[in-house]
Amino acid sequence: MTYSYFPGCTLKTKGKDLDIWGRASAEALGFHLQELDQWQCCGAVYPMAKDEIATRLSSVRALMAAGEAGQELVTLCSACHHVIKRVNRDMQTDETIRDRVSRYLGLQTPYAGETTVLHYLEVLRDRIGFDNLKQKVVNPLTGRKIGAYYGCMLLRPASEMGFDNPENPTILEDFIRAIGAEPVVYARRNECCGGYCTIKSKDYARKQVDAIMENARACGAQELITACPLCLYNLTENATDGLPVAYFTQLLAEALGVKEEQK
Amino acid sequence: MQRVGVFVCWCGSNIAATVDVEKVAEVLGQEPGVVFSTHYQYMCSQSGQELIQNAIREHSLTGVVVCSCSPRMHENTFRKTCEKAGLNPYMVEIANIREQCSWIHKNKEEATQKAVILGRAAIAKVHLNAPLTAGTSPVKKRALVIGGGIAGIQTALDIADAGFEVDIVEKEPTIGGKMTQIDKTFPTLDCAACILTPKMVDAAQNEKIKIYSYSEVQSVKGFVGNFRVTIKKKARYVDETKCTGCGLCTEKCPQKKVPNAFNLGLDQRRAIYIPFAQAVPKIATIDADYCTMLKTGKCGVCSKVCTAGAIDYKQTDRFIEEEYGAIVVATGFNPIKLDQYDEFAYSQSPDVVTSLEFERLMNAAGPTGGTLLRPSDGTHPKTIVFVQCVGSRCDDSKGKSYCSKICCMYTAKHAMLCREKYPDTDVYVFYIDVRTPGKNFDEFYRRAVEEYGVHYVKGMVGKVVPENGKLKVQASDLLGNRQLHIDADMVVLAAAIEPDKSARPLATMLTASMDTNDFFTEAHPKLRPVESPTAGIFLSGACQGPKDIPETVAQASAAAAKVIGLLAKDSLICNPCTAAPDELMCNGCSSCEKVCPYGAITYIDKEFRGPNRTTLVRRVAQVNPAVCQGCGACTVACPSGAMDLKGFSNKQIMAEVDAICR
Repeated sequence: MTYSYFPGCTLKTKGKDLDIWGRASAEALGFHLQELDQWQCCGAVYPMAKDEIATRLSSVRALMAAGEAGQELVTLCSACHHVIKRVNRDMQTDETIRDRVSRYLGLQTPYAGETTVLHYLEVLRDRIGFDNLKQKVVNPLTGRKIGAYYGCMLLRPASEMGFDNPENPTILEDFIRAIGAEPVVYARRNECCGGYCTIKSKDYARKQVDAIMENARACGAQELITACPLCLYNLTENATDGLPVAYFTQLLAEALGVKEEQK
Repeated sequence: MQRVGVFVCWCGSNIAATVDVEKVAEVLGQEPGVVFSTHYQYMCSQSGQELIQNAIREHSLTGVVVCSCSPRMHENTFRKTCEKAGLNPYMVEIANIREQCSWIHKNKEEATQKAVILGRAAIAKVHLNAPLTAGTSPVKKRALVIGGGIAGIQTALDIADAGFEVDIVEKEPTIGGKMTQIDKTFPTLDCAACILTPKMVDAAQNEKIKIYSYSEVQSVKGFVGNFRVTIKKKARYVDETKCTGCGLCTEKCPQKKVPNAFNLGLDQRRAIYIPFAQAVPKIATIDADYCTMLKTGKCGVCSKVCTAGAIDYKQTDRFIEEEYGAIVVATGFNPIKLDQYDEFAYSQSPDVVTSLEFERLMNAAGPTGGTLLRPSDGTHPKTIVFVQCVGSRCDDSKGKSYCSKICCMYTAKHAMLCREKYPDTDVYVFYIDVRTPGKNFDEFYRRAVEEYGVHYVKGMVGKVVPENGKLKVQASDLLGNRQLHIDADMVVLAAAIEPDKSARPLATMLTASMDTNDFFTEAHPKLRPVESPTAGIFLSGACQGPKDIPETVAQASAAAAKVIGLLAKDSLICNPCTAAPDELMCNGCSSCEKVCPYGAITYIDKEFRGPNRTTLVRRVAQVNPAVCQGCGACTVACPSGAMDLKGFSNKQIMAEVDAICR
């Protein structure tokens, strides 16, 4: 199975580990991520303004490219996924936006959100299946107590992202179980890490991160995993005494044994 | 040829606004066999009925067609009308030109045309109608109440008071239901046990009432007036006739680590137990999941200490067959499981409890002897946060779309009692809306706010984080437009209530309908609220919808009144529209017998005259008209077309279809 793949800017720079191990693991699991040709930044923030068209365009181009290839579009970065999926929904449901975008791009046939957008985790859960993933694990991470950190953007708003319950998510915990480790459920796993305030108010960001770390540690977590580059940056850089944080793809690759192969 | 009269009703403007009634009467008057045709504003009124009766006499009508509302509404009315004028009631046909015509169409011309067609079909059918005579079936003067909570107890007491025998089937070892677990009752704050336990004793001592505790309904056959029910008496491994309820076994049993279901797992009991001191019947029960003797064959302590010799490890489930005239469903409710709501940390901290658990923690007979202590460390909580609507009024698939109705009042009660017993506590209640209609209910809630100083905050709790022995509550205060952070010692969740899980399979057994939430449906939401649409099945208490105690008791007595009305009759008039086989066409295949849901069809070997004075013995179907409900399943299943339904024969239906297609 081949999916179109939108890595996003951060995954080519600071968040390389999310990208590299995601792709390597995909091969090990029998699916291929085909990077879109000439993709552009997703826009990084979903535009709240209804009349904002320009920042939606790059997402639409990515969506259309996947559609033309006849493939589903997979993303890894929480922020990219958030923006692309919501823009796709706008194209499905908002006639004004659809119309204006189509005219701006000079489309013969308007794009109406036909492409399916999947997060890498959804591919693991719904296409590969966590049970099948479990069977492909060669280095089960037995005994490791891992806390899932969801952040805000991966699952919210639930009505649009629609792949897990944002208040009581389970997808990362199920993933942790599949790679042989023990998931630690802690209350602040879906609280905002404060990443967006880190320039304006480092103290506030630190306060958020410390609360998350303290809660995770109290519940027995020894390390955290996330799907969001901004969260990872913030959780590592702004923690007073933090737990180690990794991308979920790093642990996936470790469990599948692809990390050693590439060393 | 029949002499048919056609009566077109306006139903005020309900029909007349969309259907040209005058024209319908005129066109139908031209139909073959129609000797009289008219229209009138309200055909069901006294003068409308007189109009029909006069026409029957003056024009010697042999058949009547009323074009009006659904037959479910007034078929019986018009049948009685015609019967009084000397016509057989089954010579009346209703053409539904309201629900199936005027109410669903906008174009008057089209609706009028459709009304004419519907009228024609009814006329075509009435030409083939034959007079039918209804038989009767006897009524078994005994009622069954399924569920022994306050609803079931009240219904049983009222039925017994009227002099009828009544049995209660309760799946738990004791009757009493949820009310036994409640501490105090709103709005008067009298203790639940003080008003409930006398009723439990009354039920047990009443000669007319028989209680099957620790029992379940296994199967239901028959129909109104003649239900045949199999009751499964589950093995409790204690001889009910010998056990004195002394409780010695429950003190000596060495298996001490059994979660106490009566206290919702907040403490532990033994493997042999009596749920609580006032249990009725007060008989010990062995929990087979935990009993060492039953699991490994080694122990037998309870048997040794029992002076009455009541312990019987070899006891098995017993099945009892009983006949009943009426069945009352009183299966009650349960709070929902909170797996989907872990943002409130229910699984993460023992200090996050449901309201029912809180009820046990406040109860003098509860695990803490009525002193409010935190389950985690047994300390006195200083700050308590109540969260309402947990799982109620949800717009997603996680919870229930409905309002659970009782939570606003019991939360006000809890908050008030906390403040009264422990004035040093800070009590918060988070709500979407406070809904307290009911006699003295709103006054009660206002007392909580105004006199007891409970902090009511409009807004919801978003998250509860257990940290350093505290519960950090994040919430929104919508009126103050701010975020709140409260360090609480306990959080109490008002979990939504849902019908008991036993209700769904029971509904299937009873062929009683349910809504999408598994609440039993009433025959009419306003006018027949305690009857199921299935004849002979009545509804009592929260199985029909969320209810508090006063409402439950009112409905329980209402259901009893309906049951008494039924049992007071010696016989019921049967539906004469039953199936009947044409024996000459029947080939004895048994297809009809297999599909009959009521067991009304049997086969006999019957002698027939053959050619040349010979006799043939053939196997043919027989229908018991007292049991047949006229569903028609057999008429469709019969491969040789031998089975027909009186009043709805294949010929009659085809005549209707022909008239519509004409």
